[in-house]
This record gives sequence, C-alpha cells and structure tokens, in this order.
Amino acid sequence: MDAIILQILNGLDKGSAYALIALGLTLIFGTLGVVNFAHGALFMIGAFCAVTLQRLLGSSRTIVDETQKDFLGNPLKVEVPYVHDWFGPEMGASIIAWSVPLAILFAIPIMMFVGFAMERGLIKHFYKRPHADQILVTFGLAIVLQEVIKAFYGANPIPTPAPPALTGAFDFGAMIGFDPNTIIYPYWRLIYFAFAAFVITAVFAFLQFTTFGMVVRAGMADRETVGILGIDIDKRFTMMFAIAAVVAGLAGVMYTPINSPNYHMGMDFLVLSFVVVVVGGMGSLPGAVLAGFLLGILESFASMAAVIDLIPGINQIIIYLVAIVILLTRPRGLMGRRGVMED
Amino acid sequence: MSKSKLTRRGVLKTGAYAGAAGLATPIIFDGSVWADGHSGFTNAPTGDTVTLGFNVPQSGPYADEGADELRAYELAVEHLNGGGDGGMIPTFSSKTLDGTGINGKKVEYVTGDTQTKSDAARASARSMIEKDGAIMITGGSSSGVAVAVQALCQEAGIIFMAGLTHSNDTTGKDRKANGFRHFFNSYMSGAALAPVLANAYGKDRKAYHLTADYNWGYTTEEAVVQATEGMGWETVNAVKTPLTQTDFSSYIAPVLQSGADVLVLNHYGGNMVNSLTNAVQFGLRDKEVNGKNFEIVVPLYSRLMARGAGANVKGIFGSTNWHWSLQDEGSKAFVKSFGTKYGFPPSQAAHTVYCQTLLYADAVNRAGSFNPCAVAEALEGFEFDGLGNGKTLYRAEDHQCFKDVLVVKGKENPTSEFDLLEIVEVTPVDQVMYAPDHPQMGGAEATLGECNPGA
Repeated sequence: MDAIILQILNGLDKGSAYALIALGLTLIFGTLGVVNFAHGALFMIGAFCAVTLQRLLGSSRTIVDETQKDFLGNPLKVEVPYVHDWFGPEMGASIIAWSVPLAILFAIPIMMFVGFAMERGLIKHFYKRPHADQILVTFGLAIVLQEVIKAFYGANPIPTPAPPALTGAFDFGAMIGFDPNTIIYPYWRLIYFAFAAFVITAVFAFLQFTTFGMVVRAGMADRETVGILGIDIDKRFTMMFAIAAVVAGLAGVMYTPINSPNYHMGMDFLVLSFVVVVVGGMGSLPGAVLAGFLLGILESFASMAAVIDLIPGINQIIIYLVAIVILLTRPRGLMGRRGVMED
Repeated sequence: MSKSKLTRRGVLKTGAYAGAAGLATPIIFDGSVWADGHSGFTNAPTGDTVTLGFNVPQSGPYADEGADELRAYELAVEHLNGGGDGGMIPTFSSKTLDGTGINGKKVEYVTGDTQTKSDAARASARSMIEKDGAIMITGGSSSGVAVAVQALCQEAGIIFMAGLTHSNDTTGKDRKANGFRHFFNSYMSGAALAPVLANAYGKDRKAYHLTADYNWGYTTEEAVVQATEGMGWETVNAVKTPLTQTDFSSYIAPVLQSGADVLVLNHYGGNMVNSLTNAVQFGLRDKEVNGKNFEIVVPLYSRLMARGAGANVKGIFGSTNWHWSLQDEGSKAFVKSFGTKYGFPPSQAAHTVYCQTLLYADAVNRAGSFNPCAVAEALEGFEFDGLGNGKTLYRAEDHQCFKDVLVVKGKENPTSEFDLLEIVEVTPVDQVMYAPDHPQMGGAEATLGECNPGA
C-alpha cells in the first residue's frame, strides 16, 4: 500500500510537467492549428532562464588572494559576486540561493518574447502549409535552439539547486499513519505539483472568465465567423502562442531543481508530451491535463521493481502501450472532439 | 568549333590514371625494397607526415568530455612535434620521443564526431581511415562506442588506442589484437572500492544497485556486486534503468522500502548526475536504516560530471583513473602543461588519451615501423612509468594497462570549481590484478585473435 501511494506521489510531479507542456501544445494546436515540435525546446529555454539568472546573480569581480594558491601554484583568484558587495555577504548568498523562484519573474517576459518572436518570425508563414511541413520546420527550430543553448552553456548538466529552505524531504507516510521512513517525498516536488496546479487553473480561468479568453475559445470553435464579426483573431492567437510559451517556460524553470538542466532536456519531454496530447485528445485542454497526470502516474507504477520483475521492460513501453490501447478503443483520445485533424 | 579531343573530362581521366600509376608504382617497389616493413599495411605513411585519427564525442551528452579529450590530443601532438614544454615526455620512462614527431614523421591529425553513438562513431572512424588515411584511431567516451570502433579497426588493420572506456568488455570478452586500453575497468573499480567501503561502512551492509542498461552498466554492477559480496555485503536488488532515463524518482523510491542501507549507482554522465541528485532529494543520505546511516556509492567518478551534481557528491565514494591533484612528477608536468595552455586542470579523460597518444608514438619508435603488428608487439608486455599512474604494465594477453587505482570521495569543502574530489586511497596494482581468463572478462573463450595489418 505504501509503495502504491509513493508511486502515485512520484507520478504527480512528472505528470505535472507533462500536463504543463501538453497544455501549451494543445493551446497552440487548438488556436493556430500548428503542431509545434519546438515546444520541448521552449521548456528547455525556460530551464535555462533559471540557469541564466543564477549566473547573472552570481556574476562577480575577481580579486587575487595572495595567501592561497591555485592548481598551478599561482595566487588564487577568488570570485566575489557583486550582490555580496551590494547587500552584504549573507543577504547576497541567500539572493543567489533563491535564484530559481526568482527566475519565474525573470522568465515570464523572456518566454513571452521568445513565443512572440517564434510565431511572428517563423511559424505564421506555415499556417497554410500541410502539417508535415509544420512538423519539419518546428522540429528543425528545436534542434537549432538546442545547439544554440549548447554553444553557450555546454553539454553537461548544470546544477541549479532549490533554495536551502525548500530542499530536503518530508515523511509523508508518518503523517498519514504509516511506518516512518516508508513514504518520503521531497518538498520541491510537492511545490512543483502545487505550482503546476496553479498555472493550469490560471490558464483555464483566463480562457473561461475573460473576454479575451471567450474570443479565443470562439476562434478555436469557428475561426472564420469570428473573423467576419470584425475581430482580429490572429492577434489573439499570437498572444495565445506567447502564453503557451510562458507555460512551457515556467514548467522548465521550476523543473531545474528536480533534474539539473542540460540542452537536451526538451527532447526528452517532447515525445512523451505528444503522446499525452494524443491520448488526451487533440485540441482538448482538460484532456491534455488529465492524460498528463495519468501517464505520469502510470510510468511511475511501471518502474516499480515488483512490476518489472513480472513484465521486464514494461517501464520503457508502458506509455506507448497505453496510448495504443486508448487509440484503439477511443480513436479521438480520452476527451477528443469530432473533426479535429480529421479533414 | 574545335575538334580537339582534349576535353576537360579527358584531361582529368588521364591525370587520374597517371596519378594512380604514380602512387601504385612506389608501393609495388617498396614491397620488395623496404623489407623492414614500411608497407604492406593499411595507410602506410609515404610522405614526411603521419596522420592520427581522434574520434571523440563532439556533440551529444558527452560533448564536454570529448572537448577535453580533444584538448589533450592537441597538446600531445604539439609535444610530439617538439612544441610547448614537452608535458610528460621528459617524465616518461621510455626515452624514444624527442620532439621530431613519430618515427621522424611530423604528426598531423584529423578529428571525427562519435556523437556517443556506435554507428556514428564507426562511420567517422571509417571516414578517417579511408578518406584521411589515419594510421591509428583513438578516442572515447562510452564503452559501447569503444567496443564498436575497436572491432572496426581490427577489420581495417588499424591500431585502436581506446580513450575513456571503463567496461570490462573492451579488454574482456570483446578484446581485439589491434585494440589497447590505458584506462582502468569495472573489475578494478570493484576490487579497489570494496575494501575501502567495508572499512568505512562496515561488513554487514545491504546494497541496492541501480544500473545503466548497457554493457558498461552490466560489467560494473557485476564487478561491484562480486567484490562487495566478497567483503560480506549482501545484494538486496539490482534494477536496470534505461539509458535515456532522466528522472530516477520512481527507481529511488523503492530503495527505501527494500531494507537496503547502501545505494550503488552504476551510472555515468547525465544518468549519474540525475540519479544522484534525485537520491539526495529524496533524503536518502539523511536516513537511518538497520541502525546505520544510509550511504550512496558511485563506482566510476568523473570530475566533469561531478560538477553537474554540485554539492550532492560531498562525501560519496567512487573510483577514478587519475586525478589532477596527484603529486608525482608526471602528473605535475601534465597539469602544468595543460593548465598553462587552457587555464584549468585536465580531466581523467584528457589524461588517458594524452597517455595513449604518447604510448602509441613511443611504440612506433621502438618498433621502427608503423605496421600495426609491429606496434602491437612493442606495446605487449611493455612496462613504463612517469605517466601519472606509477609503474604500469600493458599486459600482452588482453592489451589492458595494469596500474594503481584511485579511490576518491566527494570533497566536503571544495576550494574551487575543479577541487571536487579528494583521493582517499591509492590502491596498489596487485590488489586489482586478475587472470586474463577471469569469468568477468569473458572467461577462457575470450581471445585477442590475430593481429591484422590490413592491406
């Protein structure tokens, strides 16, 4: 029982990431009709916003310490971050330590801009082209973005720890009456889940309760009629692209303390996110969220030693297996609508 | 309109025939005249230069290690050609290297990108052999790549000097007559680590292994399991994890419920960074199980990778082939030479490929020929010193170097971004020695085969 609860918890944070990426993918697909293979790259860029802010906050001046020696026997060069000068060593150190949460504020304008530039600069030229062309160009863009990040930051993962106050784990098992030390869950993953839930709720509320959201939904349902009514739907859809980029970017920022980011992390999530979108139903926002969590939890269960002993290799194929079963029984996905990608 | 038969294509054709004849003739004569073996093998150098092929990951997840290897190769070439401060050439016990290249020929090199994929690595090695005329191929990282490229070099009649490859298979069941490895291996890691672990953590321990699902992971798991069980440890479980895995939480969580009190991470590169980070996140290191502190072990350490894991490596035991803080003359000379040129200390990957290049060059000089079979003979059973690992033997039976192994620990208070590991013990070579037909090395069936000089 405790093992099952533990794997559900484990599935939640992974599911959160899938859900956030799939949500953005679905937003773009539902509004612009574009299959965006560069969405994983947006997740990765978000993560590197956190890395960049960490580096910016840690930018330093060099002083030479004559009392210490470096590896060649020369006087040691010591880096003193500017924030230490400005706010004192203690306050400065804690500002650097909180760089990941601070990066949320830093990432929003950047991701907005990246999304906006991507849509206006490249993707808008592909609206009328076949889906295959869209997939090729966005996939190509993803590779370009990846290589740019690698050129600047290298190929190795870069540690971006959570603030000290939020690291560590708590004994969830003991809280709900199991033996202590059986169900341990890190704080940051719980925060990630809460954060994802908040972002998802905010996106849904935005679409449901604002005029802007209403117009967007109307545009998703019938683009031409909305256009005839004199509304510049393209502008709104560009905004939606930027919002989707922000959602993916924030998912990336918050993910950095869970796994040290590297240039390739977007691709790891991209393929699974597409499976999530397809299982959830192309174009269905609740479907994407539901399928995200569902597949995240399933993946966790499949990695249990007991399950692997029973069916070796199941951990690597479970998601695709479930996708096949769902597509065979419900060809439009869990919550798919009629008429999407069927013309 | 001219009726002349002198067309562009005609001229090219004639030129090509003449060129082919010009190239072919000396080789035919050489065969009889140069009886001492300067031809009759693949890519026999004809001019006053010789080309080496450096096959390293320049893209993909190991690109940073590949970049460091390439730096060391370039440094080695510079030193062989008489440039720079000579690095480890003055400390090397064999004195045939005098800054005039290899066998009097100036050293040139070409590079290839393995992408850390076996097929890409084979393709780039093949291109360097066939198109660029490389006389020797060297590189890493990843044992999958090393085994694949080694087999290709065997077929092509080229010497392969392995870079960073740690799997037993490279000089075990997949050993080849044309392949040589300076780097240590899984068996040696297990043999060196086990006594240190037993000493630090006690002999009554229950270990849980997470293992990368490819040949290096299997041999490392096997080596560590056998060595630690020999010390009295029990192995509770060993779970394979996909190489592409990034989040290890669903593999880490069951560890706590297994009753294990040690977690062994047979992971390298990004896998190691992520699994270790996840294990620390889940508070494993703060736990007490069976009345003992829970411990984590990483059998193969890499400083470049340790950086990715940040503070999580503190206090964690592992093994390494070489470390820049060693104080012997060879290591000091190499760190000085590399550090002065590039501004930071070399990694173990850089060290091993630098050694391999010098060892190859020296073997050619001693053999007096580039013929792979002559070079192989010169390397087999070769004993040397002064390359940073103390007295070393290139064993003839399996082409594996035998030298001391370093047991290291993540440093508690690093003074710089390079100062991440501290040396706990230098395990003497006798303790990590094994018979060439050891079961972990493919048993009695594993043979080098015949040396292949190619065409």
